[in-house]
Amino acid sequence: MLSRVADTIYWMGRYIERAENYARFMDVNFNLSLELHPDAYEQWKPLIVTTGDWSLFDENHDVANKTNSIKFLTFDDKNPNSIYSCLIKARENARAIRPDITKEMWEQINSLFYHVKEAKSKKLWLRKDPRAFFEDVKKSCQLLYGILDSTISKTEGWHFAKIGQLIERADKTSRVLDVKYHILLPSSATVGSSLDIIQWSSLLKSVSAYDMYRKKYGKLTPSDISEFLIFDSEFPRSILSCLMATEQSLHAITGSQYGFSNSAEKQLGWIKSQLEYADINDVFTFGLHEYLDGIQMQLNQLSISIFETFFATENIIKANDQIQKNDISQ
Amino acid sequence: MKFDLSDYETKGFHDEMIGENGSVRPHYKLFQEIIQKVGLKKLNFLQHSADRSQLSLGMTFNVYSDNQGIERILHLDIIPRIVSGKDWDVIDRGLRQRIIALNLFIDDIYNDQRILKDNIVPKDLIFSSATYLKQCAGLKPPQNVWSHITGTDIIRGDDGKFYVLEDNLRCPSGVSYMLENREILKRTFPELFERLKVRPVYNYAHYLRDMLESVSPVSAPSIAVLTPGIYNSAYFEHSYLAQQMGAELVEGRDLIVQNDNVYMITTKGLKRIHVIYRRVDDDYLDPLVFKKDSLLGTPGLFEAYRKGNVVLVNAPGTGVADDKAVYAYVPRIIKYYLGEDPILPNVHTYLCSEKNDLTYVIENIDKLVVKLTDASGGYGMLIGPTSTKAEQKEFVKNIKRNPRNYIAQPLINFSRVPTLTENSIEGRHVDLRPYVLYGKEIKIVPGALTRVALKKGSVVVNSSQGGGSKDTWVVD
Repeated sequence: MLSRVADTIYWMGRYIERAENYARFMDVNFNLSLELHPDAYEQWKPLIVTTGDWSLFDENHDVANKTNSIKFLTFDDKNPNSIYSCLIKARENARAIRPDITKEMWEQINSLFYHVKEAKSKKLWLRKDPRAFFEDVKKSCQLLYGILDSTISKTEGWHFAKIGQLIERADKTSRVLDVKYHILLPSSATVGSSLDIIQWSSLLKSVSAYDMYRKKYGKLTPSDISEFLIFDSEFPRSILSCLMATEQSLHAITGSQYGFSNSAEKQLGWIKSQLEYADINDVFTFGLHEYLDGIQMQLNQLSISIFETFFATENIIKANDQIQKNDISQ
Repeated sequence: MKFDLSDYETKGFHDEMIGENGSVRPHYKLFQEIIQKVGLKKLNFLQHSADRSQLSLGMTFNVYSDNQGIERILHLDIIPRIVSGKDWDVIDRGLRQRIIALNLFIDDIYNDQRILKDNIVPKDLIFSSATYLKQCAGLKPPQNVWSHITGTDIIRGDDGKFYVLEDNLRCPSGVSYMLENREILKRTFPELFERLKVRPVYNYAHYLRDMLESVSPVSAPSIAVLTPGIYNSAYFEHSYLAQQMGAELVEGRDLIVQNDNVYMITTKGLKRIHVIYRRVDDDYLDPLVFKKDSLLGTPGLFEAYRKGNVVLVNAPGTGVADDKAVYAYVPRIIKYYLGEDPILPNVHTYLCSEKNDLTYVIENIDKLVVKLTDASGGYGMLIGPTSTKAEQKEFVKNIKRNPRNYIAQPLINFSRVPTLTENSIEGRHVDLRPYVLYGKEIKIVPGALTRVALKKGSVVVNSSQGGGSKDTWVVD
């Protein structure tokens, strides 16, 4: 597959996943806001911190409230990560690789984009209850995952889209856990104090983990929640699960079965084995925030390695020259 | 209100549907019978659905102003343009004759130049053409075919006869609209298709792929469509054709030339390409040979082509037969190579490079259509009767300065077809662009892009100038 196309598909997968995550964050957070005291501490700022867009928000706004947060995270075209910006890019990417995806996939991305664009022109952020809209966006993205899986051959393109989606998902899960945990339990002294059930439930719901968590653990405890979101090998949004699936796709692309054949596989194997051979007590000893921060940096490094291995055309031409030289010398 | 033509104006034009005495032409009878049951309100609703289909299919192009890309659709008027099978068969024969002659001509120009030596076409006219590429001299593309894909512009005059207006031998666009318009109209008027026996066009992409394979010396060639990228106004078509044919859609930056072979850069190294259906103009193909600052092209591509290691479709250099001054010689070109009279006549053309014609053009500038010889897309054109005195003066000045670069033609009242406006059905001027494929054999699907001038009275059908499109039905 063309390197440019692989790069474009990878980012298309990331942008769609990002849009879906944002839509879910907004929905959950809005719900939460209805159950908190009017004088409860502000819960919109942590959300913007989670997405990593706080400094950009802070530059242009005095205080984070419901209206300006929804506008910023959903519709602001100056925020490169807003749902609207993500969908512009996802659609532009889909257009650029139109022959590599199906008509169904293209039409769904296209219609999702128009849906959000229309909501933007109707100033949806001023509406009393925008949840139906976020629900729509979330479902539209999930529909896209279904279309991807059921209409596209599981060749390189599908695997690159998947890898983009999984890395984005792992990153978002780690960020939600990091920020929320820090707010709910600012110091280790408070561990064990009475839990704010609503807040912890909302953390799980932010990553669609509430039902599956309840089924496995029953009781809500910070330690179990952290364990579930980082280490669970069966829940599809836990960090480890995402990395396991990423490894499968990467191996499907390169054809290698164990070890590594390039820097992307090496980087991935390294993060994954760290997670496989740690438990939640190690994490708390090390410090949850520091631990998650480390994971986020390694995920970034993985993304860079994937770029250098598969997408960077100079590298590919250089590698090809090397193979030819070897052929001649042999 | 029904599909009512009682106020429909047909004076002074050939109307495709209504004859001189106000009666419906035979090949429109069945259409009229069915459509007259549909109210105007319903038609407007169907039109709206068609607009939405275009958006959903992504049949959009970008218009740029203040850095803000605005996406537009090329308006598709849902009322079809119907061509009788009898008329079509004449067009089909005429197009075959013309493309054979034009290919012989291009091949001759870049090789033996017999037609110049025999003084049929003046030498100066060819060598002064901006579209003549000296780099192509001596080249012999596979099967001696230069123009593999042609989109000829045909009009019907008020005498009811078809004329060729332009040959478009470079990178003619619009075929994706022919194909997608048909898909949309099948959803709009299923009943009409059931009863009318419209000749199908869906084979086009298969024929196109067969043609591209047939011009390569390799048995299972790897095929790519070369696009300038997603911001090009015809990008939809490039991606559409690549997808329909199962070809790679590449940009110049995806390609690299090594040892005079062309490769694409893939996740698993370099992969050889044998045939490129390029939708990038000659000038931008290869910065080593043509425009040095072209970022769209691939260095070394032309040398790979010259060595026969890659086939470029259409071949570089075909523009020489597309020059509007050379156009005037096409009837003589057909006669010279084939010994036949043209089946489809030209529009009478005044060459400003010839003294008598020049005087006539300057004296009658307010009655003529003046065109720049190397322009396309409706640019560089003066429509005498609707132009201002200042515009005419400007053109006269330019013509005198460089007569070679201008031709003029009488203003022809293109035929009209009923077209949906907001609250009525009115006649609008149309042209007809069928597509000719030329590889081992010639293939023409029975259909065309009908371009329609949406503005009342306008005869400019180009999409860049307020034109729209119609589906074209060839019926028996």
